[in-house]
Amino acid sequence: MQVATGKSILNGIAIGKVKIYKAPSYEINENDIADTDGEIAKFEAALEKAIDGQNALYDKALEAAGEESAEIFEVHAMMLEDDDLQDAVKEIITGQKKSAEYAVNVAFNNQAEVFAQMDDPYMQARSADIHDIKQAVLDVLFGVDPASMQGTEPTILVAEDLAPSETVKLDKSLLLGMITREGSSNSHTAILARSMNLPTIIQCKEIDDSWDGKTAIIDGYNSCVYVEPTDDLMDSLSKKMQEDEKKLALLQELKGKDNTTIDGKTIKVYANIGGPSDIGMVQQNDAGGVGLFRSEFVYLNSKDYPTEDEQFKAYKLAVESLAPKQVIIRTCDIGADKTVEYMDLGEEENPALGYRAIRICLTRKDFFKTQLRAILRASAYGNLGIMFPMIISLRELNEAQQILDECKEELIKEGVKVGEYQVGIMIETPAAVLCADELAEKCDFFSIGTNDLTQYTLAIDRQNAKLEPFLDTHHSAVLKAIQMTIEAGHRHNTWVGICGELGSDLSLTETFLRMGIDELSVNPKSVLPIRKVIRGLDLSK
Amino acid sequence: MKEFNYTINDPNGIHARPAGVLVKEVKGFESAITVWKGDASCDMKKLMKLMGMGIKQGDTITIKVEGPDEDAAAEAVKKAFEENF
Repeated sequence: MQVATGKSILNGIAIGKVKIYKAPSYEINENDIADTDGEIAKFEAALEKAIDGQNALYDKALEAAGEESAEIFEVHAMMLEDDDLQDAVKEIITGQKKSAEYAVNVAFNNQAEVFAQMDDPYMQARSADIHDIKQAVLDVLFGVDPASMQGTEPTILVAEDLAPSETVKLDKSLLLGMITREGSSNSHTAILARSMNLPTIIQCKEIDDSWDGKTAIIDGYNSCVYVEPTDDLMDSLSKKMQEDEKKLALLQELKGKDNTTIDGKTIKVYANIGGPSDIGMVQQNDAGGVGLFRSEFVYLNSKDYPTEDEQFKAYKLAVESLAPKQVIIRTCDIGADKTVEYMDLGEEENPALGYRAIRICLTRKDFFKTQLRAILRASAYGNLGIMFPMIISLRELNEAQQILDECKEELIKEGVKVGEYQVGIMIETPAAVLCADELAEKCDFFSIGTNDLTQYTLAIDRQNAKLEPFLDTHHSAVLKAIQMTIEAGHRHNTWVGICGELGSDLSLTETFLRMGIDELSVNPKSVLPIRKVIRGLDLSK
Repeated sequence: MKEFNYTINDPNGIHARPAGVLVKEVKGFESAITVWKGDASCDMKKLMKLMGMGIKQGDTITIKVEGPDEDAAAEAVKKAFEENF
């Protein structure tokens, strides 16, 4: 047995025979050519086919792995359409009287070299893209089909490196896992591997041609590869793999299904996210939307006040990527346990009862307006909701709404497009519960923040470990408060959701459904387990 | 001639995909559109050249637009920058 190590792309196990994958090699004709017009025509035809090919790969990757993985092929098509690159090829054909394949090879290599010499690592990585599109054009010129390199049986593919176009062309049903000597965890190959859930080890320096045809195990949990593993290892890792498969199959089965009980009641199950980097998790777990997009990241990740444009870009990314699914952005909830230096909020005796969230926003109106303008601009790109935190009275809601309207008017006057959006509030104080009827009249939705609601209802600091024996998360007062909120909301056609931690408490899902909850917003990983519980409930009994 | 400055906000600078979008956007205009960073400049209709400028976050670039449709072109470029970078 040989043990090789590298960097694991995802936790998972693959077992199978190794297939060494080598990019096809060509004999490039370096001789002088008489019919240069013929070579130019050949190049132009090949280029057109290669561009079509990249567009087809885009469609294929979009369907198989989503926008993020597919994007690169759109870029490749754009690169192939570049006039300078095309002129460079034609110049070599006519000027040096060389074959189309020779000219493509030289011109594309030169361009790749330009990127490789740049000091920015992102741009350096683009030289791999140029090599990839060069390969695509050469494949057409030589009439080679890279997919035929894969063999006919499912295998673990071992390669020096895999270009995005190679990865996407591979027949997935013949692919158990991938091992490459090169690659980075942000490469397109890694992104594809993640979205296809393929155990993959990159930067594995020990790969060897002699592995071809041998049995191997990829252990993604421990970032290693076992070639010709011992029987014991084979047994234990096979078991682990089967367990993983069972878990995955169970959840996969629920994807695309409704959150509907046996007796026909359907609710929304949304995800809570902390920034644009969680968008992938929302999609992978098939959440119906985002019920709580915490906007704190724009403040916490910044050394100074984030600009309107910075915020707009982040919100737009989420709203646009997930459209037509709803994305509810909670406005700034800084204060209490989340502070930033540049805001200079000062020390407080009781931060949880202090200067935080909407209280800061209504005091510092310009600061609030920057965020609201960014959110409103993003509303033009999908299905957006705006949610105000820590509201305790109608006066505050009216004031926030007024500032929002002001921002909208300003934007429209400036000629900026604003879309449709819903407006709602967090219900996280006993005060909000008690005046929920008046608040509901002015809201499209309520979202119950059970963490704060519990802390304020029970007067228990959730960060004080000494109080744990006194903390009953299922306390009847909290459940009663939730019930009251739902009833008040429904009296005014306001839909009511839960975005706090109680929402993902599977032992309460039935209780919430019986209360009439319309939405549960939970961490992305809890979406499918909740769907499973809902689908097993019968509320008529 | 129209001229304006823009400071890149995007942490990746002018990277591949938005650069491609930008090039597509300006190709339809007749005007000559050039991007300047310090003394270096390039034709904004050329993707490889634009990427080769290595424009990073925080860089302030100058865009010059000259030609019969310069007003509309400058407006479109400005908008494309604001949306993508």
